[in-house]
Amino acid sequence: MSLLDFARGPALEWAAVVFMVGMLWRIGGLTLMLRNKVLSKDRTPEPWKGGLRTMFTRFSPAPVFRRKVAFQYIAGWVWHLGFVLVVFFFQLHIQFFKGIVGFGWPALPNGMIVAMGAVSLAVLITLLIRRMLNPVLRMISSFDDYASTVITALPFATGLMAFAHIGLAYETMLALHFLSVALLLVWFPFSKLFHVFTVLPSRYALGVKFWRKGVKV
Amino acid sequence: MIRRQQPLSERLEARGISRRSFLKFCTTTASLLALSPALAPRIAEALESPRRPSVIWLSFQECTGCSESILRAGAPSIESLIFEAISLDYHETLQAAAGHQAEAAREQAMAENAGGYILVVDGSVPLGNAGFSTVAGQSNLDTLKAAAAGAAAIICMGTCSAFGGIPYANPNPTGAVPVSEIITDKPIVNVPGCPPIPAVMTSVIAHYITFGTLPELDHLGRPKVFYGQNIHDRCYRRPFYERGQFAETFDDEGAKAGWCLYKLGCKGPTTYNACAVLKWNDGTSFPIEAGHGCLGCSEPNFWDGGSFYKPLSQGTEIGGKTLIAAGVAGIAGGVAAGVANRAKQKTLRAPKPEAKKEDKA
Repeated sequence: MSLLDFARGPALEWAAVVFMVGMLWRIGGLTLMLRNKVLSKDRTPEPWKGGLRTMFTRFSPAPVFRRKVAFQYIAGWVWHLGFVLVVFFFQLHIQFFKGIVGFGWPALPNGMIVAMGAVSLAVLITLLIRRMLNPVLRMISSFDDYASTVITALPFATGLMAFAHIGLAYETMLALHFLSVALLLVWFPFSKLFHVFTVLPSRYALGVKFWRKGVKV
Repeated sequence: MIRRQQPLSERLEARGISRRSFLKFCTTTASLLALSPALAPRIAEALESPRRPSVIWLSFQECTGCSESILRAGAPSIESLIFEAISLDYHETLQAAAGHQAEAAREQAMAENAGGYILVVDGSVPLGNAGFSTVAGQSNLDTLKAAAAGAAAIICMGTCSAFGGIPYANPNPTGAVPVSEIITDKPIVNVPGCPPIPAVMTSVIAHYITFGTLPELDHLGRPKVFYGQNIHDRCYRRPFYERGQFAETFDDEGAKAGWCLYKLGCKGPTTYNACAVLKWNDGTSFPIEAGHGCLGCSEPNFWDGGSFYKPLSQGTEIGGKTLIAAGVAGIAGGVAAGVANRAKQKTLRAPKPEAKKEDKA
């Protein structure tokens, strides 16, 4: 079995199985956890409104911190947007999903995808370097932060190289691309990358809590 | 085969091939082998030499497609001249002799040219029941071992002898193996393809006749000059790939406009062969040009690499059913973990007995 056969076959299959089991296991476990009882009277009625507001207000920085965190926010937006568009709107990726779900959807032009992929990768590397050089960020960073960044960047790097036929032979780069995706899938449920699923619920919970206490969200 | 003593010039004339055409063939062969054009006369001289090297061609588990390809059965061409330059002493399909006479011819050639003949093999060798494939009552394995012992070099023609081919495909009922898994003490050159391109086959033989050596090989034992680049890099449809223009079906507007066949399962990007350059049928076209994606037939295990029509960007084993099963397992695990967690949380939250006593006091 060649490296590509292994990557396209068992590696990807088992990684997807681990991803599915891990994600649903964690989501199920978290959903069924007991919540703290509310012991005080709500200072503001209808706390769900605070939850919903917080889910979306945090997509932009708080005015008071705007200047300080602008770079972080913009870089984060560029990176996340690039990630979603490249993963879900590149023709060959749509083919990949079509192979699983049985249907496809319109794609973005290759040139746009390549540009977004390159920008996203550059932003991700910049954020990684910043994390390593900034003393405060370095202090609050764990292995999970570094590993998650690198593991997320790998599919971008290998994908761009495979598409542009840079570096190793195409079949090797394609195999490495599949393997890097497999690594991402395995790492995803058990790392901070899981925030993809927890970010909105946790914001909602926080917003509800603040709202109850009368904090403006 | 009867060895003709007629000069090559006469033999060419008899076939209606001019000397100019012959020299053109030699020059083309030199260029195919990435040799200097100055070596073309040397190739011509070697091919014209009255001393013709003995070649024994063994066919095992195969379809005779490789022989058909080299003969260009439908349109005999100048490549078939290669048979004028060698002494093809044994070839089950081509030889006039049959039965014991044919086997006797092979044994005689092996004895007379011991250590000096070229052994060409097409077809894989079954290691299961010896009766799966026999010739004149002898198993393929025994025939190969006996013929390889006195060979100067072995040329594996086609994917079956080079990598096992279709007989090797899962579940490999005959226990087929490529020649290289049996013979390990002889120089072997693999000329894979299903079938290989005629010019590639003849060029390899011409190289050996001219220089007495095998051409430079890649990690799979294939001549680098022919298998050094993948088909995708040389494909005329490549610009469409770059632009993201893909045929979605074999008869849509994209297909008619000659767009890239990647989405239809073309394996050109992972297949190393000279099809896009040398083409077939006197340079008429090659599979992709004819509108069908490359199957990857010159690569090992191409038959077990998933559907021919599955794009390379798709997984070969990942499927909806597997993911649904994994999802069900994940939900079950999540519910179990959640229930266990709740029980633990309740235990932790329950007031301790000591605290109750203190409260009462």
